[in-house]
Amino acid sequence: MTAFELSPEHEEFRQVVREFARAEIAPYAADWDEHHHFPVDTVRAMGKLGLFGLIVPEEYGGAGGDFTSVCVAIEEIGRVDQSLGVTLEAGVGLGIGPILRWGTDEQKRRWLPDLAAGHALAGFGLTEPEAGSDAGATRTRAALEGDQWVINGAKQFITNSGTPITSLVTVTARTGDDEISAIIVPTGTPGFVVEPSYRKLGWHASDTHPLTFDNCRVPADHLLGERGAGFKQFLAALDEGRIALAALAVGLAQGCLDEAVEYASTRSSFGRPIGARQGVAFQIADLKVAVEAGRLLTYKAAAAKDAGRPAAEVKQAAAMAKLFASEAAMAAARTATQVFGGYGFMEEYPVARFYRDAKILEIGEGTSEIQRMLIARGLGLPVE
Amino acid sequence: MNIVVCVKYVPDATADRTFDPADRTVDRVNVPGVLSELDEHAIEAALQLAESGDAEVTALTVGPAGASDAIKKALQMGVDKGVHVTDDAIHGSDAPATSLVLAKALTKLDETSPVDLVLCGMASTDGGMSVVPAMLAERLGRPQVTFAGSLELSDDRGTLTIRRDGEAATETVEATLPAVVSVTDQANEPRYPSFKGIMAAKKKPVETWSLADLGVAASEVGLAVAWSTVESYAQRPPRQKGTVVTDDGDGGRQLVAFLAEQKFV
Repeated sequence: MTAFELSPEHEEFRQVVREFARAEIAPYAADWDEHHHFPVDTVRAMGKLGLFGLIVPEEYGGAGGDFTSVCVAIEEIGRVDQSLGVTLEAGVGLGIGPILRWGTDEQKRRWLPDLAAGHALAGFGLTEPEAGSDAGATRTRAALEGDQWVINGAKQFITNSGTPITSLVTVTARTGDDEISAIIVPTGTPGFVVEPSYRKLGWHASDTHPLTFDNCRVPADHLLGERGAGFKQFLAALDEGRIALAALAVGLAQGCLDEAVEYASTRSSFGRPIGARQGVAFQIADLKVAVEAGRLLTYKAAAAKDAGRPAAEVKQAAAMAKLFASEAAMAAARTATQVFGGYGFMEEYPVARFYRDAKILEIGEGTSEIQRMLIARGLGLPVE
Repeated sequence: MNIVVCVKYVPDATADRTFDPADRTVDRVNVPGVLSELDEHAIEAALQLAESGDAEVTALTVGPAGASDAIKKALQMGVDKGVHVTDDAIHGSDAPATSLVLAKALTKLDETSPVDLVLCGMASTDGGMSVVPAMLAERLGRPQVTFAGSLELSDDRGTLTIRRDGEAATETVEATLPAVVSVTDQANEPRYPSFKGIMAAKKKPVETWSLADLGVAASEVGLAVAWSTVESYAQRPPRQKGTVVTDDGDGGRQLVAFLAEQKFV
């Protein structure tokens, strides 16, 4: 059992991020969503606030903070804008995380300061057209020719891979028959092609692209971590990603709760606020319980990670948090749009955007089905 | 160099601000307080000067126990240390008394390590008188340079130049240090505290001084000797419900009639 009550400093930090999100993001979120605009200046401002560098040690320009502080930031940004929430989540977990964890000192010195400051973003190229949750099916290949890796293949759904400030993408590739390795590919390397953006149901203001690698050559020393350890390495990173995504889901559910309470208090029908009707009020009461439960599971998992609890415990906690919080978020979006009635279907209210943004939370960083499988396995069940 | 920023803990403008019915002073107990947002511009100016050269920045406040939150926010933004002057006798002090306490505290700071520059916000967001910086400069016998829209130090850090934007003209004013300067909300965009700043603030030194520490007698400050007092106050009347014009073909006429009645047209 780990303690999961947030410290006063975490709560103060939450207030700062909340204020930043209220002033710098909320007024523009609908517009960015409508125009599929990646707000690079706001991302830089988030960097200036230190959000990307939270877990980066001070010697590389970060705050030397804990993982819980990252979850706090993701939740508060995600409460008003899921696109920027996932930009932060992926920027830290997938962009910075692998380099921080497996990078050589030289690689850290070269890439981390700009990433920590939010001057640059990095992506993580794992998913392929035919390798999603089944990452072992990776087809992208990298062959060592002299002192260069030659990479060929394709990746898809890669967040932060094509922004104006993307400095690199870490790519997983087969470097032998039974061997997957991770390699850093700097933006602008010949043969590294960022394909046009996807048309997505939600997360309109986040940056997601397919990538192709056509005889893309990078120096041999761009190998990240041990050769052949790519698969094991990325599996280790997934637990953190799941907790961070759970925090993003808690943010969405809380955003829906905020909107639903406000609307049910002010909108009247038949002469009374709709929140006076049990049919509405009870749904919102359930929503509140779901938000709190999701938050507790999320910060408990984050605390377990920060306390260095055994890997199996963290994995189980991360899967439970991710599963519960993402399903709570989807349910919250459904409730909130229902409370708004016809207006919930209109893009002029945030709940419609939350509704579109919610579904991916049950899919990204491992589907709900994968989470259930992990939890069942953690219980010792021989589930396939 | 040494920079001291005078900051004020004020009732949060987004809360329901009110008075204490007992003595008709601003209610600072039942209304949540914050660091005055106008003072954040003075802090930002100090931090920018410190970043462009070697300087230590101190935040100084006079206020009740809760005012330590204003100091804490300043430390989280990047100020190096804090001084909190608090004493029950200060309750109800007006601007002259406040400036007296601030001046004594600055003099005490000056004795340990000479204070080169005193920065203040352009006004408080509660009293809003804008006079404390001027009174402070008079008491300290230092040049007063108020309403700085920008400020620059000379290379030798001996002179200060500010721009003051007035309605009729923009003035450039120069002063020799040490000086007292008030900074407007146009001077900069205050930074948000970072997580690193929040963690670092826990370890920064804050001194708490009483009136006795400053050699100020209780009879020199407080409500009893204030030059002005609030005689009475009343709730602002609730906003009147607006008029909704239903357009039955003559909506335009009704709108014009309304505007004419209000003498807008």
